[in-house]
Amino acid sequence: MPIVLCRVDDRLVHGQVVVGWGRPLDLQRIVLVDDEVRASPWEQELYRMAAPPGMTVEFASAAEAAPQLAAWEAGKERVLVLVGTIALASDLERRAPGRLRRLNLGGIHAGPGRRERLRYLYLSDEELTMLRGLARVGLQISAQDLPTSRPVPLSDLE
Amino acid sequence: MNDTLVGVVVGHGAVAEALVGAAEEISGIRGALIAVSNTGAGREALEERVVAAVAGRRAVVFVDLPSGSCLFAALHGLPARDHVRVVTGVNLVMLLDFLFHREEEIAAAARRAAEAGARSISER
Repeated sequence: MPIVLCRVDDRLVHGQVVVGWGRPLDLQRIVLVDDEVRASPWEQELYRMAAPPGMTVEFASAAEAAPQLAAWEAGKERVLVLVGTIALASDLERRAPGRLRRLNLGGIHAGPGRRERLRYLYLSDEELTMLRGLARVGLQISAQDLPTSRPVPLSDLE
Repeated sequence: MNDTLVGVVVGHGAVAEALVGAAEEISGIRGALIAVSNTGAGREALEERVVAAVAGRRAVVFVDLPSGSCLFAALHGLPARDHVRVVTGVNLVMLLDFLFHREEEIAAAARRAAEAGARSISER
């Protein structure tokens, strides 16, 4: 089964991900791509606690994740690839061109230089530029916090 | 430094505010509980909210879910365990017990609140 969702969410592994998406997508594995968490066993333990029985949480750096994207896509498990920033999603695409086909913008909160685009989505001009670049190389990009919400295409976030 | 414990309730959406309001309404004790919501906050912002609410005081931090962003903010933002205890699965009974035992030693107050909250759950 392929990667069923690649999501950008700055809260990383939390309720919306494991419950909101996890149940309807019948997720079996979440791969959290984050260099800082990859280096911190106790943070990993905290994130593992968020997953229900039957769902595995795996941790990878960007460098570790990129070469594995093809294997996850071809594997039997239903995988969600989770990153905390658009910059990291962009880094994955740079390291493994063409491996990511869709990008879900699930939650990026207020920060320096960011402007509110949706209730759950704040983007800086730089992040918007990165997203346009990802769209140019073929990624389908939309914002959607939960499966029950309306997907909002990148063009509506400008 | 005032030795009386404060309680910080951290929850999703309006959960914390509602629980604090209800606990104050029932107990008549105001100002001993502080509500923190995760609404609109990423990881760092939520941590900052929790740390600001504790403000260096001896505090029991009550979290709604036994995992996830609110618990992460409490444990990651408040790594020093000597003046803070974290209790998950907050409910009203737990907060009421805490409000009336804020003079106790912090670990004992946190433990008895957790036990009171757990005892309140039943199925009939």
